[in-house]
Amino acid sequence: MSAEVAYKQVFGWPDSLKKNPTHYCPGCGHSIAHRLVAECLDELGVREKTIGVPPVGCAVLAYNYFNFDMVEAPHGRALAVATGIKRVHPDKLVLTYQGDGDLAAIGTAETIHAANRGERITTIFINNAIYGMTGGQMAPTTVLGMNATTTPGGRDPRLHGNPIDISRMLAVSNGVVYVERCAVSSFKQIRKAKKAIKKAFQCQLDDLGFSLVELLSPCPTNWKMSSKAAWAWVNEEMVKTYPLGVIKDETGYEDKK
Amino acid sequence: MPSEKMLMRGSNVVGEAAVRAGCRYYFGYPITPQNELPEYLSARMLDVGGTFIQGESEVASINMVLGASVAGGRTMTSSSSPGISLKQEGISYMVGMELPAVIVNMMRGGPGLGNISASAADYFQATRGGGHGDYRTPVLAPASCQELVALTFAAFDLADKYRNPVMLLGDGLMGQVMEPVVFPDFIDLKDLPKKDWILNGCEGREPRALFSMLLGQGELHQHNLDLQKKYDQITAEEQRWKTKNTDDADIIVVAYGTAARVAESAMNDLRAEGLAVGLFRPITLWPYPIAALRELAQKGRKIAVFELCMGQMVEDVVLSVGERAGIYFYGVPGGVIPTPAEVADFLRSVAKGDGKVGRRIEV
Repeated sequence: MSAEVAYKQVFGWPDSLKKNPTHYCPGCGHSIAHRLVAECLDELGVREKTIGVPPVGCAVLAYNYFNFDMVEAPHGRALAVATGIKRVHPDKLVLTYQGDGDLAAIGTAETIHAANRGERITTIFINNAIYGMTGGQMAPTTVLGMNATTTPGGRDPRLHGNPIDISRMLAVSNGVVYVERCAVSSFKQIRKAKKAIKKAFQCQLDDLGFSLVELLSPCPTNWKMSSKAAWAWVNEEMVKTYPLGVIKDETGYEDKK
Repeated sequence: MPSEKMLMRGSNVVGEAAVRAGCRYYFGYPITPQNELPEYLSARMLDVGGTFIQGESEVASINMVLGASVAGGRTMTSSSSPGISLKQEGISYMVGMELPAVIVNMMRGGPGLGNISASAADYFQATRGGGHGDYRTPVLAPASCQELVALTFAAFDLADKYRNPVMLLGDGLMGQVMEPVVFPDFIDLKDLPKKDWILNGCEGREPRALFSMLLGQGELHQHNLDLQKKYDQITAEEQRWKTKNTDDADIIVVAYGTAARVAESAMNDLRAEGLAVGLFRPITLWPYPIAALRELAQKGRKIAVFELCMGQMVEDVVLSVGERAGIYFYGVPGGVIPTPAEVADFLRSVAKGDGKVGRRIEV
């Protein structure tokens, strides 16, 4: 056996990710989510036909990390911007990468209506239950009892409203073909998340409809926890409000097997 | 081939002109008095293989325009005053990223929901940027359906040339009035200059990123200086206006859009009475045709400004004319269009200097 075939590369830097150090905090879920998106685009061979729209929020600088065409959207408007792009380039893969505030508070209308039109767009939805970039204010997804800088004493439904489950709300729309909620807080869940992201992109490439993968994601800085405790909090507490699993799947991919 | 002469409503005229000027992506939200435009394009885009989306809001619609523009399409939206307020966020972002698009504002009375008839109360918003940040958008003000055709074509070309949103500023009357028009032939999209900045997938090139957030030391400062250079060039090269009967005039009436049509009728009536009135009609409201108006404000002439609001463009007249001539103002607010007779009364009052109609502006 020659040296060339003795070694098989099993891990490397994805083409879809630039070799830039990120600005994300230690223990943040964004870095993992970025890598999963990049690996999936590489494996599908679509990096050069991908156009991405990052959010306003911690991932606003995602164009420094993703190695494909990207355009910044105003806060919450990613799916409206993506709609315009996709209508001009129906043959390209168009993705939005959005946080909970962007997608489920200020951009709720754009989110629901793009999904309901069945835009052939894939959304990666990072839910960390907090406003990261602005320093820990309440997110629409902040769970009950959770402390944020604008929920002194913990989120109280009478004072602050209830955590919103936007993925489940979207799933009732006929334009939406695939919605799955995963987490980036354990190795097993990370592997599941990658499968879900790849399937969501495939769903777009196959022109089936709107697809979304929600990723429960730790924010140790604003949760004021260690990275390890933040992972545990996602796995033990956050999943009570946001149970993991497939929320909707009308792709028919499994049926074909 | 140019079209046959046809009788058409102003809003539909903009739609047909836009399609012939190569617009293939329209996004908008219904609001009176310009609903005929999205209605027209919802059908017309099907004919030409374009995209029409009735967005869930004006906010969403302008951001769809942003997306279509960054993807390289000729794209537009339209609305009326309250809806244009909602679009200001997206317009500011498009300016920041230097994205071309055409925005049509068929102004109605305000503030708030106001009413649905013609008004010119959004002049400040249109000519001073409108959204947040230090910027301008070229503003074109048509005064007839045939001019709507020409200015719709011009708006798309200016937007592409300067990579900046351009506003077509009409009003409820301009959107509703029916006049005979002839359309030029369809442009060939292939003849347009190539855009080397668009997002279309990075095959065979480095990935591109467009953004308006500039955090690096001095980056935003430099970006604003670069934008200003562009605005200086637009100011120097793109001023448009029309004059009528100005050579021998003692009074120059300054008005744009619908107001200019009323003023022209008043001028004609007064000319028959022997009063030497001329008309100065700005077509670009930004850049304002300052030098041309300044030139007219000589020889002891009086400048009489008439607007369908309580005095907005008059500030640009003051900036243009200064103390060279007496400036008089007559404005009618809130979606009421005065008759030529009322404007003639104003001009007679200016001629006599009796101050009975309108007021003198102290500079």
